[in-house]
Amino acid sequence: MTRTAVAPGVGVETAPAGRWVPPWRNPWRRPYVLWTITWLYILWSLVPVLIAVQFSFNDGRSRSTWQGFSTQWYCCVEGSIGEDPSLLLALRNSLILGVATVLIATPLGVALAMGLTRWRARTSRVANGIALVPLVTPEIVLGSALYLVMVNLYQFVPLGRPAMLLGHVTFSVSYVLVIVRSRLLSIGGEYEEAARDLGASPLQAIRTILIPLLMPSIFASAMIVFATSLDDFVVSQFLFGDASNITVPIKLYNAVRASPTPALNALATLLLVGSFLALILAYIALRARRRGSGSPLDDLADYG
Amino acid sequence: MAEQEVHHDRATRRLWPALAFPGTFWLIALFLVPIYAVMAVAFSGSINIFGEPNPAWNPLDWQFATFNEVVSESVSGTYQEVWIRTGAYSVCALLICVAVGYPVAYYTARLAGKRRGLVLALILAPWWINYITRMLAWVNLLQDDGYVNKTLGIFGIAPVEWLSGNSFTVVMALAYGYLPYFIIPLFASLDRIDPLLLEASRDLGMGAARTFLRVTLPLSKMGLITALVITALPMAGDYYTNTIVSGSPNTSMVGNLIELFLLQGPLKNFGASLVLLLSLVLMFFMAYYLILTQRASRDTQ
Repeated sequence: MTRTAVAPGVGVETAPAGRWVPPWRNPWRRPYVLWTITWLYILWSLVPVLIAVQFSFNDGRSRSTWQGFSTQWYCCVEGSIGEDPSLLLALRNSLILGVATVLIATPLGVALAMGLTRWRARTSRVANGIALVPLVTPEIVLGSALYLVMVNLYQFVPLGRPAMLLGHVTFSVSYVLVIVRSRLLSIGGEYEEAARDLGASPLQAIRTILIPLLMPSIFASAMIVFATSLDDFVVSQFLFGDASNITVPIKLYNAVRASPTPALNALATLLLVGSFLALILAYIALRARRRGSGSPLDDLADYG
Repeated sequence: MAEQEVHHDRATRRLWPALAFPGTFWLIALFLVPIYAVMAVAFSGSINIFGEPNPAWNPLDWQFATFNEVVSESVSGTYQEVWIRTGAYSVCALLICVAVGYPVAYYTARLAGKRRGLVLALILAPWWINYITRMLAWVNLLQDDGYVNKTLGIFGIAPVEWLSGNSFTVVMALAYGYLPYFIIPLFASLDRIDPLLLEASRDLGMGAARTFLRVTLPLSKMGLITALVITALPMAGDYYTNTIVSGSPNTSMVGNLIELFLLQGPLKNFGASLVLLLSLVLMFFMAYYLILTQRASRDTQ
C-alpha cells in the first residue's frame, strides 16, 4: 500500500492526493498480461504430452477416443510393451546405450575439463574451441558427418551399437566439459595448491581434493548425459544400421505414422519416466552442493 | 625448496595436457575427421559399382562438379523452392518463438515472485521431454477425429486435415518443438539483470514501456541473440518434425533432402554437398555466436 503511494512520485505533479492513475502508468500493478501468456504457454507445452500419457492407459485401441482406464498397453495384451519383442528391444537398446555413453563420456569429459581449465597455453585454447563447436553444430551435420566417416573411413566400426555409442559420446563430452568446468572455475586452484604444498603429488591432489569437490557436478553431468542419450534421435537414426539396434525414439518415429496403438504412447511414457528420474537425481546432486544460495533449477537452466 | 618447486611445476605442466589429451583426441577423431569426410564425399570425382561416390581423401583429387551443381540447383533450380521454404518456415517459427518466448522468459525471471520455482520447473520440463514424444502428442490431437477437430466441431467448423502437407501445422510444430530451447537462454540473461537498474530507471522518471525499451531490452540483447542462434541452427536442419506432422513433399525442407540423399539412396555426394552448403549458411551464425560467447566468458573471468 505504502509502495503504491510512493510509486508515481516520479513526477510530483501527477502523483499526489489520490488522483486516478491509469493502470498502464502504475509500475507496481500486477502483470496480468504476462501472467496470462506464461500460463497459457505452460498449458500449451505440457497438456498435449499429458493427454498422450493418458492415452497410454486407454482401454481400447484408439489414441483419440477415451475408452476407460487400463494398464493393458504396458503389459499383457497383444502388441503391448510386455508382449511385443520389438518394443522391448528398443527399450533395452536405449538403456544400454545410455549407460555406456555415461560410462565413457563422463571420465573423458571430466579429464578434459580439468586439463583445459588448469592448463594455460595456446594449445589448450585451440582444444577448448574444438570442444565447444559440437555444442553449436546442428545435429543433422554431426549425424551425417559421423555416418559418412563410419561408412567410408572407420569401416572397422560397424553401424549399430558401436557406431551409435561413439556418436553419443562425441556430443556428450562437450556437455560434461561445460558443466564441470563452470564448477572448476568457481572453486579456483587454491585447494589443490594447498594440498601440493602439504606434500601431495599432483595425482593425489586430484584424487583426494579435486574429485570430491567436483563430485556433485560430475554426477549431475552424468545424469544429464544419460537423459540426452536416451532422448537423442538424429545421431542415432543416422548410425543405427538395422532394426536390431533400434532405440526408443527411432521406434516412435517409425511407428508414429504407421497405424500406431496406445502401446506407442506407453513406450513414450516410459522414456519420459526414465529421463525425468535421471534429472531428479541431477537436481538433488546440485541442491546438495548449493545449500540455500539460489535454486539448482537456475543451474540446470544455465547448462542448456 | 627451489628445486622442489621446479619439480612441482614440471610435474603439473605435464599433468594437465595429459588429462586433456584423451578428450581432445576423441573430438579430433570423431568430430573434425567426420567433418572432413563430408568434404571428401561431397568433392568426390568418381563413383563405385553401386553408384555411390568414392570419397576423395586427398584435397588434390577434389572435383567440384557435384557441389557446383547442387549450388546452382539451390540458387535457381529444383532445390530453390526447398531452400526458400526452409528459410520461410524457420523465420515464421522464430517470430512465434520471440512473440511467445520473450514474455514468458521475462515473467519467469522478473515477476513470478513466490511461484518462481514452480514456473521455472514447468518451463524446463518440456526441454527434457523427448522431442519425438512431443510431436507424437500433437499427432494424437491432430488426427482427423482427434481432440482439435472435435473442439472445432463444437463451433461448427468443418474438420481440417492437419497432418497431410499443411504448412501451418509444420510452422506451429517447429515453434512448439523449439520454444523450450529458446526460452531458457533468454531467461538466464533476463535473470542476470540487476533489478536496481530497473528501479533507477523508474526513479528517474521512465515509464514501464520506456524502461523496457531503454534498459531491459538492450541488457537482454545478448541473451536474445543466443536464444535465436541456439534455436535457428537445429531448426534449419530439421527433418523429423516435417516427416512426423506432414510427410508430404509439398512441405519438405533442406533437412528432408539431406536425409533422403544420405540414407535412402546412392547419391551420397549430393547429400554431402547439401550438408556442406547448409553448414556454410549456418557457419555465419555459429561463428558469430562463438565469438560473442568467448568474449562474454573472457569478461567474466
